Amino acid sequence: MTVTDPHQALHRTIEAVWRIESARVIATLTRFTRDVGLAEDLAQEALVAALEQWPQSGVPENPGAWLTATAKRRAIDLFRRNAVAARKHEDLARDLASDWATLEQTVPDLDSTLDDPIGDDLLRLVFISCHPVLPTESRAALTLRLLGSLTTAEIARAFLTPEPTIAQRIVRAKRTLAEKRIPFEVPRGPELAARLSSVLEVIYLLFNEGYSATAGDDLIRPTLCDDALRLGRILAELTPQETEVHGLVALMEIQASRTRARIGPTGEPILLLDQNRAHWDPLLIHRGLNAIDRAHKINATRGPYLLQAEIAACHARAHTPEATDWPRIVSLYTELAILTPSPVIELNRAVAVSMANGPQVALDLVEALAEDPSLDRYHLLPSVRADLLYKLGRHHEARTQFELAASLTQNTRERVLLLSRAASCQN
Amino acid sequence: MRFMVIIKAGAENEKQDFHPDPQLLAEMGKFNEELIKAGVVLAMDGLHPSSKGARVKFSGKSRSVIDGPFTEAKELIAGFWIWQVKSLEEAIEWVKRCPHPLDSDSEIEIRQVFEMEDFAPVLTEEQIQHKVEKRAELPLQTANK
Repeated sequence: MTVTDPHQALHRTIEAVWRIESARVIATLTRFTRDVGLAEDLAQEALVAALEQWPQSGVPENPGAWLTATAKRRAIDLFRRNAVAARKHEDLARDLASDWATLEQTVPDLDSTLDDPIGDDLLRLVFISCHPVLPTESRAALTLRLLGSLTTAEIARAFLTPEPTIAQRIVRAKRTLAEKRIPFEVPRGPELAARLSSVLEVIYLLFNEGYSATAGDDLIRPTLCDDALRLGRILAELTPQETEVHGLVALMEIQASRTRARIGPTGEPILLLDQNRAHWDPLLIHRGLNAIDRAHKINATRGPYLLQAEIAACHARAHTPEATDWPRIVSLYTELAILTPSPVIELNRAVAVSMANGPQVALDLVEALAEDPSLDRYHLLPSVRADLLYKLGRHHEARTQFELAASLTQNTRERVLLLSRAASCQN
Repeated sequence: MRFMVIIKAGAENEKQDFHPDPQLLAEMGKFNEELIKAGVVLAMDGLHPSSKGARVKFSGKSRSVIDGPFTEAKELIAGFWIWQVKSLEEAIEWVKRCPHPLDSDSEIEIRQVFEMEDFAPVLTEEQIQHKVEKRAELPLQTANK
């Protein structure tokens, strides 16, 4: 055993407790105060109290209940001081009495943490953090803050954005939610699908921000991928009947399974078909395939995330690139393109077509897409076009397209790869 | 980071006709449910007594097979989880919430799993700061995705 500074060790323990408990504390407090911004401030005050008191008193047996009770007591103090909503604070006081009774128990009360109300509050917190009234980047920051229990500094680092910018984004988001009186609820009926898709969009955005860094030198920022995956896994348990949630989780698990294989020794990206499949993580593939099965057991409908997951699964199941079921991938992309028409999906479909039916058929599709002005700045279009031209032996044209692709990408590593392919077209 | 969390076996898990106590099974079930709801568990399994296992001993070029059961109970494993958490401390906090897995005194061991980051160079503060500055010069990307 190594000797560590006991104070530092306790600090790390409190951080760990905070990571486990904070979302539930904030969710519970939001239900009582009806103000998610205030709830988070109160939870933070409870954390500060823990940092002050636990070094003397030791970590309580049920730290989550301690944090919740402390935060609620602060809420009552605040309501008393403000002398607002007299009825509201009576409710809180009654509730607090029962919370302290729970705390008297020496054994952690697993039953109470598994009760549905807390799960519901967590789900409400997910929906309010990802509310469409907020800009996407604020939803992402708020979700990491409230549900991922990341500090502002950690979020800033994850997005390679200055800390004050993130802090401001979070403050504004909380203010917007309060001003627009966004209710703390799980949407029902037809609203649910639209609100759920906003949640899935945020989680997938976080994952992608970690997986294919849009800017800067890093291709992968694994911690952000881990945070997004964790949020997805939590959501899958909160809404077990939603096929698209399982679809998104499956998609992320399978993509994450390739993390080790998609970066070369000098940090260069390695394309899917060139990856060493022995480096794919079988545990994550297994989890991804299970999540797809879970979705299939609910019903036969396939939304965009589940379709993308099934495409990823076609690659995951193939032990060699040659074993890939390309006709199935083409048909899945066709289904996806009908559901969510987009030139980017058409481009991916063209790549699958080239594998199933040869480069010339695919090149015809890609050249038709090149007419679409929305793809003018999209580096993958000339990159795919170049690859097809190269396969058809039209090296001179391929080189021009690789160079165009290199000039459009924001990622340094990718640019290097594209330029080296352009150079290889000379022979 | 990932941890393998190992439940050590006691004399009772090693018995031929071992059946876990229903009360303990229920408590373990609840604990597992909580872990899954928190998005922590990647994998988990329980193991049969060592009488159903074997060991292969390596000595120079020879390999000899020793059938179970094995007697040194301290080295035996009854089950394991693979967890994804942020720190060793988080894993410890979760283990503290685990029901006592045996009738007798017992132990749960927490071991970190090697991952890609363990082999990758760690960025210095200056490198991170440099990336933040570079990022600030670029047009905002994430909003358009």
